[in-house]
Amino acid sequence: MSQTQTAPDAAQQPELQAGAEVLLRALKEQNVEVIFGYPGGAVLPIYDAIFNQNAIRHVLVRHEQAAVHAAEGYARSTGKVGCVLVTSGPGATNAVTGLVDALMDSIPIVCLTGQVPTHLIGNDAFQEADTTGITRPATKHNYLVKRSEDLARVVHEAFYVAKSGRPGPVVIDLPKDILINPAPYSAAVTTAHRSYRPQTEPDAGQIAKAVAALKGAKRPVIYTGGGVINAGPAASAALIALTRKTGFPITNTLMGLGAYPANDTQFLGMLGMHGTYEANLAMHGCDVLLNIGARFDDRVTGRLNAFSPNSRKIHIDIDPSSINKNVPVEIPIVGDAGRAIAALIAAWDAEPGDVDRAALAKWWQQIDAWRGIDCLKFHQDMTKGAIIKPQYAVQRLYDLTRESGRETYISTEVGQHQMWAAQYFRFDQPNRWMTSGGLGTMGYGLPAAMGVQVAHPAALCIDIAGEASILMNIQEMSTLAQYRLPVKVFILNNQYMGMVRQWQELLHGSRYSESYTAALPDFVKLADSFHGVGLRATSVDQLDDVIREMIALDRPVIADICVDQKENCFPMIPSGAAHNEMILGAGHEARAPGVTDAGMALV
Amino acid sequence: MAIDTTLRTATISVLVENEPGILARVVGLFSGRGYNIDSLTVAPVEDARHRSRINIVTSGTEMVIAQIKAQLDRLVPVHRVADLSHDGPHIAREMALIKVIATGEKRVEALRLAEAFRARVVDATTESFIFEMTGNTEKLDAFLDLMRPLGLAEVSRTGVAAIARGTRII
Repeated sequence: MSQTQTAPDAAQQPELQAGAEVLLRALKEQNVEVIFGYPGGAVLPIYDAIFNQNAIRHVLVRHEQAAVHAAEGYARSTGKVGCVLVTSGPGATNAVTGLVDALMDSIPIVCLTGQVPTHLIGNDAFQEADTTGITRPATKHNYLVKRSEDLARVVHEAFYVAKSGRPGPVVIDLPKDILINPAPYSAAVTTAHRSYRPQTEPDAGQIAKAVAALKGAKRPVIYTGGGVINAGPAASAALIALTRKTGFPITNTLMGLGAYPANDTQFLGMLGMHGTYEANLAMHGCDVLLNIGARFDDRVTGRLNAFSPNSRKIHIDIDPSSINKNVPVEIPIVGDAGRAIAALIAAWDAEPGDVDRAALAKWWQQIDAWRGIDCLKFHQDMTKGAIIKPQYAVQRLYDLTRESGRETYISTEVGQHQMWAAQYFRFDQPNRWMTSGGLGTMGYGLPAAMGVQVAHPAALCIDIAGEASILMNIQEMSTLAQYRLPVKVFILNNQYMGMVRQWQELLHGSRYSESYTAALPDFVKLADSFHGVGLRATSVDQLDDVIREMIALDRPVIADICVDQKENCFPMIPSGAAHNEMILGAGHEARAPGVTDAGMALV
Repeated sequence: MAIDTTLRTATISVLVENEPGILARVVGLFSGRGYNIDSLTVAPVEDARHRSRINIVTSGTEMVIAQIKAQLDRLVPVHRVADLSHDGPHIAREMALIKVIATGEKRVEALRLAEAFRARVVDATTESFIFEMTGNTEKLDAFLDLMRPLGLAEVSRTGVAAIARGTRII
């Protein structure tokens, strides 16, 4: 403190406020509207400051992990930085799963953690944890504020780091004395950060090379991921323009769904382990691959040495460490996805000549043949009393939400239901789809939907869940009730950890070890006890009514949809297999190999 | 594209903000992602600008070394990353303090070899020498190999400090 207080000119001496007040002032300057948090001893000064103001709203969650997922849902659906406040020790350690989730999926989060006073750090004090040590590999960056004069600067810097370049979570660890002691305020600086200045503008030479490769393509495919979503709605609009202009087929990763309208004819559906037949075979057979904002994740590539073996690869990513990490690429382009797409469009227009349209038409013929397999086909028995197929439940949910005309946001937990949601719920816009892609966190969906609902009070926010995942953060039903957040939980209940069961069936000789939940709660009563509404559909004839009622209710709802226990999620590329070694569903098995061979002969 | 699987050694210098936790960040990155650290040195180099320099000797395929550089470069407090062994000729030196406990012929031989290797005697008793030796890693290794049968008792090495030759700076 002494250094800043001995400024020569007394008039220039910064005004001092309690650290917690300085913190809130900095958050306001960073346009924070809502904090998801949970109080505790170390952060009481912050809660005191929150009590005395109205500009920032606090949403009291029931578990710190949920606070981070809620902030992720808020961030993903708005493009803003999500803000979390938890106490020291267990508050911070409970937040770790959420932080890693945000790190893996590149979601901008600032997480404020309480800490014991500076003089007690290292003494194994009550509720002390080495939070910066624990969260170092769980965050994009973290800070421990040890001097009051650093507080305001660190908060501003944390927001800059969270949202710049490849976004991610940032932790600020705040010892209690720093929150109480007087601290000077300083506004956010506009000068460049001293060391962290990620490249956003793509290199013109690399863009020219990419356009030359694209124009020379005979069997191109565009493969885009979460980077396009993170680059903002304008990037998605530019992606549509580029795709239409080129006439190329396009596929999205799980994280990239919504960047390109799913009902468009050029869209091949999602790719990867549970991606469509046409998307995966197009990836396998293409001669030029344009990756925008995706990271060649193992769920996407399958066996690396058989991944898209004959293609020239262009990779646009804002994170240079994503390039050449798994898959060597010929034309790397470092930069913001939106700016890179805009540059590609400009260069495409400026460059003379067009792509070989005859070859492209032939490629589309091949793709249409693959589409003819109808890999997402399933059979729903429509007789009264028939069991509901999970795919059908998601399809009807999609149809009926569209019919309602409501702005709809979907989150998911992790497992079979997540893949069915990705396959059968068709997204037309970015930022409408929140799912835990990289980390695969069961328990993500309900708190994420809560965060979305906070950001979009009038929208229809639905968590497509499994009965196992939902129990991992079910306590947030209480938060929904407290804040009157009418989130809908749509459980595809098959009483199994479905994806575990599916792998056990396919890879472990149907030994269903510990994947059946024998004593599930009555979800209807459970909703009721949490001041929500419980609905249930046990047969196909009840499904539409339940979905319609769920959509119409302006309250939290759990819809318990009892689905076929034996249903598996197809298509599937088994681990270690290549894109052209897909397993198709039951109705396909006889046909699939023949068509694969024929398809491969043409490519 | 074919993946080059040849391993090479890389000497990487990293200019970082001198702040708490930066070494843990760098070391954690290497352990978390399974990269090798053959040697690591760190010390402040520009006090006025709060900068430290970390020199890391590592090994891997071209793809892995490129990945290490990219991963280091995206750490928030990192200013510059340079692969000295790739970017051009460079000087790499380390210093070792070497204790040899011996008497008679072995003691004489140790001292004679030390002179040949230009190691300095920084401490001596009737039964021991401590040699101070500066050089590249190979030279130090060679000297230690010679000392082993002559009563090598203890070694303390600094790890590699490295810098590019000529006018090139990090």
